[in-house]
Amino acid sequence: MLAGIDLACTRGERSLFSGLQLALGPGQCLHVAGNNGAGKTSLLRILAGLLAPTQGRIEWQGADIARTREEYGADLAFVGHLNGIKDDLDALENVRFEAALRGLDASADAAFAALERVGLADHADVLVRHLSQGQKRRVALARLCGPAPAPLWILDEPFNALDAGAVGMLYGLIDRQLAAGGMVVLTAHQSVQLPAGARRLELAPPPAGDASDAPTDEALAEDQA
Amino acid sequence: MSSALFAVLRRDLLLALRQRGDVVNVLIFFVVVVTMVPLGVGPELNVLRTIGAGTVWVAALLASIVSLARLFAQDHADGALEQMLLSGQPPSIIVVGKVLAHWLVTGAPITLAAIPIAVMFDLHFEPGCTLIAALALGTPALSLIGAVGAALTLGLRGGGVLVTLLVLPLTVPILIFGASAVDATAGGLSPAPNLLLLAGLSLGSAALAPWAIATALRISLE
Repeated sequence: MLAGIDLACTRGERSLFSGLQLALGPGQCLHVAGNNGAGKTSLLRILAGLLAPTQGRIEWQGADIARTREEYGADLAFVGHLNGIKDDLDALENVRFEAALRGLDASADAAFAALERVGLADHADVLVRHLSQGQKRRVALARLCGPAPAPLWILDEPFNALDAGAVGMLYGLIDRQLAAGGMVVLTAHQSVQLPAGARRLELAPPPAGDASDAPTDEALAEDQA
Repeated sequence: MSSALFAVLRRDLLLALRQRGDVVNVLIFFVVVVTMVPLGVGPELNVLRTIGAGTVWVAALLASIVSLARLFAQDHADGALEQMLLSGQPPSIIVVGKVLAHWLVTGAPITLAAIPIAVMFDLHFEPGCTLIAALALGTPALSLIGAVGAALTLGLRGGGVLVTLLVLPLTVPILIFGASAVDATAGGLSPAPNLLLLAGLSLGSAALAPWAIATALRISLE
């Protein structure tokens, strides 16, 4: 169970959101929507624990993530704007390193199976710098395909640079994650077709001019996507 | 936990191997800086013997700082750093792996390169051995202290100059003990106190720096 309690975020002088409440249970998907600059990436980085909220706190399984960073990190798979893979390693080495770092099965077989699932089996030994943008994105998404996927996925624009086949593959991954009782938080520019029951969190555009403590509770409009 | 350390160490060494140019450049930088000094000072052997240890240490300091830029900057730029911090492993362990890899590809080769350089400065056998021992004991502290500066200035404009200004004053004790050890041997005294102090500095930074680096990295990512 992931809970955001009374979250506020201020970047520079601008207040992006305040008084934001959110809760996500097993098998649920949260689609964070909003215009450019509405604070989608900031919210996701706050949820991942990379950015401290100006106010409020995040709880994972009832514990404040600021105090249980390592346990939280172990339960989290994060795909950000940056792929977080090394150009000078090949696809297989990247996947194996991440598994080894997390203390998971880092065998070549397990890594190859993950690459197979994202459709890169025949590029496993190609240096990432020689892959296309979409293929690099697939290598990053391979961290969602390990033998023991993390219970919580936070995906920032995961559909960027992906072709139609890969988009379908990612839909499948998300469906499987939700069916297995996992949780997914994601942002997406395109009108993506999220699984039925995905909740939508609309971040209101930041108030023009003076950023007063405008309550954005109505931003929590939930509707079926 | 230690598996995370070895995973990071292995990855960084593999990356250093793939980006050999960067590693070799640092070593060449060290050799070139050291070689410039006799050209400027002149071939007087007594003078060279006196300034040898100090010159080697200053060059090692500069080479270490030049190489710091690539310690975290690439991982920061391609997002690998945030992935590592979210891996569920203690950040201080990850940082130890990275700094160890950095020392193996800068501090260790510099220590080895100092052997022919000691001959170039006409250091006799014993002062020469002391210089190598001092470098071996002191360069880990350079990597550790430098990494704190690199983590603090990560993502800042003009970080390269800033890291020099931050780190150089902190390395003064290493420079002093490192050069004094060689002077003591040349003067017929025991280098042990200076070498022990160098080892102490390295161990002390090994105990404190990982924690400071991890905290600085977390702040830099915000």
